[in-house]
Amino acid sequence: MAETARVDWQAIAADPRFQELHRKKSGFLWGLMIFSVLYYFLLPIGAAYFQQLFSIKVWGPVNVGLLFALSEFVVAWGIAFVYSRRANTVFDPMAADIVKDIEKRYGVKK
Amino acid sequence: MNARRIAFAAVAAGLLAVATPALAQGAVADKWRWLTFLVFGAIIGTTMFVTYLAAKRVKSAADFYTAGGGVSGLQNGWAIAGDYLSAASFLGIAGLISIWGYDGFMYSVGWLVAYITVLLVIAEPCRNIGKYTLADILAYRNNPRATRIVGAISVITVSTFYLTAQMVGGGVLVKTLIGIDYEISVIVVGVLMLGYVLFGGMVATTWVQIIKAVLLVTASIVLVIMVWSQYGFFGDFLNNVIADPKVQARVAQILGDGAKNMTPTELGTRFLEPGLLFKAPIDQISLGMALVFGTAGLPHILMRFFTVPTAKAARISVIWAMAIIGGFYVLTLFLGMGSAMKVGADQIRAIDPGGNMAAPLLAQALGGGADSLLGNFMLAFVAAVAFATIVAVVAGLVLAAASAMAHDLWVGVIRSEHVTPQEQVKAARIATVIVGAMAIAIGIAAKGQNVAHLVALAFAVAASANFPCVLLTLYWKRCNTGGIVLGMIVGTLTAIGLVLVSPNMTYPLAVRAAQEKVVAAETAKLATLSTQLAAAADAAAQDKAKAAIARSEKAKGAAEAQIKALGDSRTSLVGLEKPLFELRNPGLISIPLGFLAVILGSLFYRDKRALDMWDELYVRQNTGILASKAAAH
Repeated sequence: MAETARVDWQAIAADPRFQELHRKKSGFLWGLMIFSVLYYFLLPIGAAYFQQLFSIKVWGPVNVGLLFALSEFVVAWGIAFVYSRRANTVFDPMAADIVKDIEKRYGVKK
Repeated sequence: MNARRIAFAAVAAGLLAVATPALAQGAVADKWRWLTFLVFGAIIGTTMFVTYLAAKRVKSAADFYTAGGGVSGLQNGWAIAGDYLSAASFLGIAGLISIWGYDGFMYSVGWLVAYITVLLVIAEPCRNIGKYTLADILAYRNNPRATRIVGAISVITVSTFYLTAQMVGGGVLVKTLIGIDYEISVIVVGVLMLGYVLFGGMVATTWVQIIKAVLLVTASIVLVIMVWSQYGFFGDFLNNVIADPKVQARVAQILGDGAKNMTPTELGTRFLEPGLLFKAPIDQISLGMALVFGTAGLPHILMRFFTVPTAKAARISVIWAMAIIGGFYVLTLFLGMGSAMKVGADQIRAIDPGGNMAAPLLAQALGGGADSLLGNFMLAFVAAVAFATIVAVVAGLVLAAASAMAHDLWVGVIRSEHVTPQEQVKAARIATVIVGAMAIAIGIAAKGQNVAHLVALAFAVAASANFPCVLLTLYWKRCNTGGIVLGMIVGTLTAIGLVLVSPNMTYPLAVRAAQEKVVAAETAKLATLSTQLAAAADAAAQDKAKAAIARSEKAKGAAEAQIKALGDSRTSLVGLEKPLFELRNPGLISIPLGFLAVILGSLFYRDKRALDMWDELYVRQNTGILASKAAAH
C-alpha cells in the first residue's frame, strides 16, 4: 500500500488513453454480458412455453430443442473466443501502454 | 518441516488401517473388492506423493493460500474444472439425463454459461485487486474492518452449505460404491482432505484438483467412445435411444395415463423433448439465475484467480475451464443416454433414486457386467474418480473457509494486520483444522438428511450477497461500506429465509397426507392381488402374484414407517404447516433484493474513503498495475 500512495490515480483516471480504454471495454463487456444472459434464458423459457417448437424434428432424430441446447455451448465458447481475442489485441496493449507510462513516471519497480 | 512430513505419513497409514476393517456390502461384490482398493490406493497414493512434494514449497501465507501466485493459466483452468465438477455435477447430471432425458441435459447448460459472467466481469479485476480472499476485494476501498466481517461471514456460510452437501453426498457415495460405513467414509474424506490442505496448502490442493479433473475427463472420454462403438455416433446414437425398449418403458412410466395412445417410437422420441422433469418454468429460471450469477460469487472459485500471476493468466484459465467443463457436459449427454439404454432407468433408480449411480453402473456394464474383471475394474476406476472428486472439492472449500477465518477475521479484524509472517501461516493451519473438524462433525450429524438442495442454496447466497457486492464495488463509483454491509446481510438472509419457508423443507402434514394415500392405494392393491392369487391357475401365475404382493407390502411398510417417523409433528423446522413461498430456488427474488440493498445502502451512507479510492481501484482493476506479483521460488 505504501507505493500506491505516491501515485496520482486521479490523473491517470483522467488520462484520455485510460478514458478510451474504459469506454471501449465497458461497452463491449456489458454488451456481451447482456447478450449471453438473454440467450441463456431463452432455453428454459423455450423448453417451458414453446414445447411444440422444441419438438419439431430438424434432421433425423435431432429436434429444435436439442439443437438449441447444443447451440448454448457453441455460443458460450464463441463469447469466450471473441472476448479473449478482443482483450489480447485491443485491451491488453492499451493497458500495457498506460502501465509503462506510470512505471516510468513513478519509478515503480516491476 | 521434517516433523510435519512424518506426521503426514502417520496420518496416511492410520487412514488405511481405519478404512480396511470397516467393510459392509456395496455396489462392488466382495470378490472384486481387492481391485477397488488397488485403484483407490493408486489414486490416493499419487495425490499423497504430490502433497509430499508440495509441502516443501509451502513456507509463507501466500504459498498456503494462493500457491504463491505461481500457477499457470492452463494449470489453473484444469484446477477450476476440478474444483467445479463436484460429484453433484459429475454423477448427478449423468443420472438426471439417464432418468429424465432432455431436461437433464438442459439443466447442465446453466453450469457452463455461469463462466461467461466469471470471464467477462469477475476473473481479471479480482486478480488485479485481490490478494487471498473475497473480502480483500471488498476491503480495498471500503471500511476494511466492517467489510471483512460481513464478507468472511458470508464466505463461511456459503462454504459450509456447500461443504455439508459434499460431505453427506460423499459419505453416501462411498458407502454405496464400496460398502464402507457412512461415518468412516466421512472421516476418511475429511482426514484425507485435511492432509492435503494442512501440509500442502494451495499447491497440493491445486494439484489434487488437476489430477482429479484429468482422471474425470479421461474416464468420460473412454466411456463415451465405448458407448459410441455400441450405439453409433450422434444421429445413429439418437435413433437408438428412440428405438430402445428400456427408454420407451421409462417414458411410459413417467407419463402414466398420458402414454396410453402413444406408439413406442413416439414414447422414445418424447425422451429427447423437454418437459418430463421440469414442470414449473419459473423455478428453472430462478435456479438459472442462481447458477449464472452465483458461480461468480463462490469463494472457492474466486480464490482460484489469486493463484495465477497476471490478469491475462486468469483469463486464459477461465477459457480453459470453459472448454473442459463444457466438453464434459456434452460428453455427459452420451453417458446419461447411454446409461438409459445399457443399464436402464429402473436399475439405476433401484440402487439410488436420485440417479447418482448411472455413470458407475454404465462403466461396469460396458466393461462386461458385474461378473467380469474389466467391468469391475471400470466400476472401481469411476468410483475412485468420484471419491477423488469429493476430496478435491472439499479441499478447495475448506481452504476458502479457512482463509476467511484466518486472513480476514483473525489477521484483519482481531489483530488489525499486526502479525508476523510465521503467525499468519500458523493461523491458516489452525483455521484449516477447525474448518476440517467442523466439516467432519457436520457430515456425521447430517447423516440421512436430504442435503441436495444445500448446493442450490450455496449458489443462491453467493448470487444474492457476494456477487452484487463484488460486482458493484468493482464497477460502481458510488458503492461504499454501507452498501456492502447491507447487501451482504439482506442477500444472505433473504436467500436463506426464503428457502426456510419454501417447498424444500419437510412439511409433516403434506408428507403424512401423501404417505397415507400410498398406504390406501397399496391396501386396495393388496386386496385385488390376493383375489388374483386365489384365482391363479398355475404355479407361474401364483409366483407372479406373490412377488407383486411382496412388492406392495414393502411399499406399504415404507410409507407407514415414514408416517410413524413423523410422530405428532405438524409443522416444518420453522413452524409452518405449508410453504409460504412456492419457489424452490430463491434467486428470482433474493438476487434483485441483494442488488437493491447494495444500491440503497450506498446511497444512504456517506463514505469519503470509498469515493476517494475509486480512481485507484478502477485504474488498477483495468490495468493490473501494482497487482501483487508472484512470489519468487
